[in-house]
Amino acid sequence: MTERVHESTIGAQSRMITVEIMGRPYSVPDGLTMLRAMWYTGHEVVRGAGCLGGFCGACAATYRTKDDVRLRNTLACQMLVEDGMSFFLNFSYYPNRKSIYDLDQISDPKQELFKIYPEASLCRNCNACTEACPQGIDVRDGVWKAVFGDFQKVSEMFMDCVMCGQCIPVCIADIAPNHVALYASRAHGARLTAPPQNLTRRVDEIRSGKYTDEWKKILSMSEEELKAAGQPSK
Amino acid sequence: MDVIAESKSKVIHERDERRKQTVPIQSPEERDRLVRAFHPDYKKEEYHKIQTGPNAGERTVREVAELLESDSPVPADLDLTPQYRVDVLVVGGGGAGATAALTAKALGADVLLVTKLRMGDSNTVMAQGGMQVAITEDDSPVTHFFDTLRGGHLKNDPKLLKVLVEEGPKAAQWLIGLGVLFDRDESGNLKTKKGGGSTKPRLLTCSDYTGLEIMRVLKDEVLNQRIPILEFSPVVELLTDPDGRCSGAVLKNMDNDQFIVVEAKSVILATGGSGRLHIEGFPTSNHYGATGDALVLAYRTGAKLAHADTFQYHPTGAVFPEQLAGALVTEGIRSDGGHLVNRNGKRFVNELDTRDVVAASIIRECAEGRGVKTPAGRVGVWLDIPMIDLLLGEGNITKRFPAMVRQFERYGIDIRKEPVLIYPTLHYQNGGVAIDTDGQSQTQGLFVAGEASGGLHGRNRLMGNSLLDLIVFGKRAGAAAAQRAKSVPAGKLTLSHVTRFQKELEKNGIKPKRIAPIILPDYVRRAEIMPAAAAKQ
Ligand SMILES: Cc1cc2nc3c(=O)[nH]c(=O)nc-3n(C[C@H](O)[C@H](O)[C@H](O)COP(=O)(O)OP(=O)(O)OC[C@H]3O[C@@H](n4cnc5c(N)ncnc54)[C@H](O)[C@@H]3O)c2cc1C
Ligand code: SF4
Ligand code: SF4
Ligand code: FES
Repeated sequence: MTERVHESTIGAQSRMITVEIMGRPYSVPDGLTMLRAMWYTGHEVVRGAGCLGGFCGACAATYRTKDDVRLRNTLACQMLVEDGMSFFLNFSYYPNRKSIYDLDQISDPKQELFKIYPEASLCRNCNACTEACPQGIDVRDGVWKAVFGDFQKVSEMFMDCVMCGQCIPVCIADIAPNHVALYASRAHGARLTAPPQNLTRRVDEIRSGKYTDEWKKILSMSEEELKAAGQPSK
Repeated sequence: MDVIAESKSKVIHERDERRKQTVPIQSPEERDRLVRAFHPDYKKEEYHKIQTGPNAGERTVREVAELLESDSPVPADLDLTPQYRVDVLVVGGGGAGATAALTAKALGADVLLVTKLRMGDSNTVMAQGGMQVAITEDDSPVTHFFDTLRGGHLKNDPKLLKVLVEEGPKAAQWLIGLGVLFDRDESGNLKTKKGGGSTKPRLLTCSDYTGLEIMRVLKDEVLNQRIPILEFSPVVELLTDPDGRCSGAVLKNMDNDQFIVVEAKSVILATGGSGRLHIEGFPTSNHYGATGDALVLAYRTGAKLAHADTFQYHPTGAVFPEQLAGALVTEGIRSDGGHLVNRNGKRFVNELDTRDVVAASIIRECAEGRGVKTPAGRVGVWLDIPMIDLLLGEGNITKRFPAMVRQFERYGIDIRKEPVLIYPTLHYQNGGVAIDTDGQSQTQGLFVAGEASGGLHGRNRLMGNSLLDLIVFGKRAGAAAAQRAKSVPAGKLTLSHVTRFQKELEKNGIKPKRIAPIILPDYVRRAEIMPAAAAKQ
């Protein structure tokens, strides 16, 4: 084991660079992620960090690099700082409407989309959602695919959606694209896909008591007997 | 860098040789010897005796001992007038918590879910490898039982384990009914993959986003069921009635540091693991809030812990690039044929042996000089990911591991072309608060589910069993908690168990080294902060 490096300096190179955090310039080592740069510069992070592994979207951040005019979104636990970069954590909290639905009660899941999220069909194709997505999902196309009923494709496209919500505030048609996609994906899985035969069969076997006798025997075994019974047959 | 490049080219050159080779699974005796010699669980100098409470006399790592024998963050004279009165309080917004909340709610209970970060910010969301369910024709719940028992060194509680494997298929059905999209084959059957320590392919996957897909759906359903959620409101102490039964909890609003008191007829702790304790100095794959809170909260009420001395070090944590140190490289890579290779280009273990054995053998390779040193001074061995495309055909890595490809791509490493350096990372709390088959701890009214609980996995969890654990036992705990709430009145709210525990500490001459639950690891650098201008020259 190597000695434990302080979390705020993991990845640190010897070169120092300047970054701006919420408008204040700091000198930090090259090689830090944005979140580590926050810790390195003494920021307590409560809102703005979650899984620390690029999966939860809690650390969504907005940044601009030196010679770029554009503001970009990213995940601060994954993104490295660079010289001249300016950024802030945006806390991933949007009080958007989330429609309430009961998947079991819906008769036609594809039609139901227009009741649950009527605004979905009003997409004005501005593409802002796609530009905002730190996961590089073609969000705009996903909204259209949902509207046209290609739920399977939507589910594939949004499998890596971390629900960071960055696509929500930018939408000029008041759509929450990630929620539209999640509805489509869930409906596809729960209602538009046949139950898997192999799973159904096993559930039925268990219910019919196929293993009951075996369990009786097993649960009365001593540790030695369990050990012997558990050797994989070659 | 030269050493790395040279070793890397050996990895590439010896591929054809290695492909022909099979590395046998070791005999139980060999495995035992290896684990005792190299696994961190057996490093004697890291272990301390617990002196106070239900597990007094047992040994555990220093970090856990200090956690258990700590001070409470709640003042003894706190006004305990409740702001919330509910049937069931669910603590933790990961997979186990969401499942328990949905189950209790479906049984008519009035449920409140509170969590430390945002709902879903958890270990669950990161699970990539998949969920074990015995569904193929030549597999059975019984085979699953014995695989798990072997993996756990026969220390698993057989009753809990039987529940897990037998209710597994129904748990998978429940998730599919909610819209979770497990991978299918051409005929519409669920695809299964083989995990380490398993004799049959049994892992259900959603590409390498299994946990994310499950968590996204569960969270959405919790919202659909209108279960109220308090985010950034961790439990900092439990409350008990004069008979020692759990009757509620104290939360802390992390935005304004105010305490919130909740009265509940049943409390379910689903607060997950403890990787952020950085046991034995290890980096971890765990989420920001994985500080083992359930261990100390339940312990103070008098609930016993099971296997609190054993942790799972996932064999393949990244060591390069430095920024990813500790991050997980999913076991799916090894399931699909990725090789573990030492500095000399040689394999040294069957990649699909149990995690403790594989981790111990990697540590052995590095300890005996067959590891590769990174520029930042870490050591590791190679995980030859491109082997997968060689075995299964071009494009398979991209299709099967999109999250992994993306994660390394950010640092200019193309895992489709290059092997990566790995070393074991602190990954999973094998033990936890001891529970019965209803998920109840030794404290009445206190239920525990998911990674926070203990007994099911024995001394080493079999991969893929944790996702199953949190669904099966999340449901069990949710149901039993709702049931209990129907039959008992609300209890009085006191902190008397805390006072009692503190007296006991004092009697044993222990000066607590910390205040716990810890809530978040302290990662803020305390050194002087350089203003940018001064650093320019
Ligand atoms: C990177 C990674 C990959 C994994 N891959 C797999 C896999 O492929 N297959 C598998 O089966 N298992 C896998 N595991 C293990 C598995 O994901 C976890 O063990 C499991 O998800 C734990 O679920 P949980 O609900 O018990 O805890 P978590 O999902 O961690 O949720 C705990 C929740 O409780 C909250 N919390 C913590 N303390 C408090 C408090 N005091 N008060 C209120 N809330 C609190 C946390 O914020 C969090 O929301 C993996 C784990 C990791 C870290
Ligand atoms: S689709 Fe929206 S919520 Fe999902 S990752 Fe992209 S920006 Fe975030
Ligand atoms: S931001 Fe809204 S309007 Fe613009 S493309 Fe996306 S969904 Fe359509
Ligand atoms: S903290 Fe979860 S994605 Fe960054």
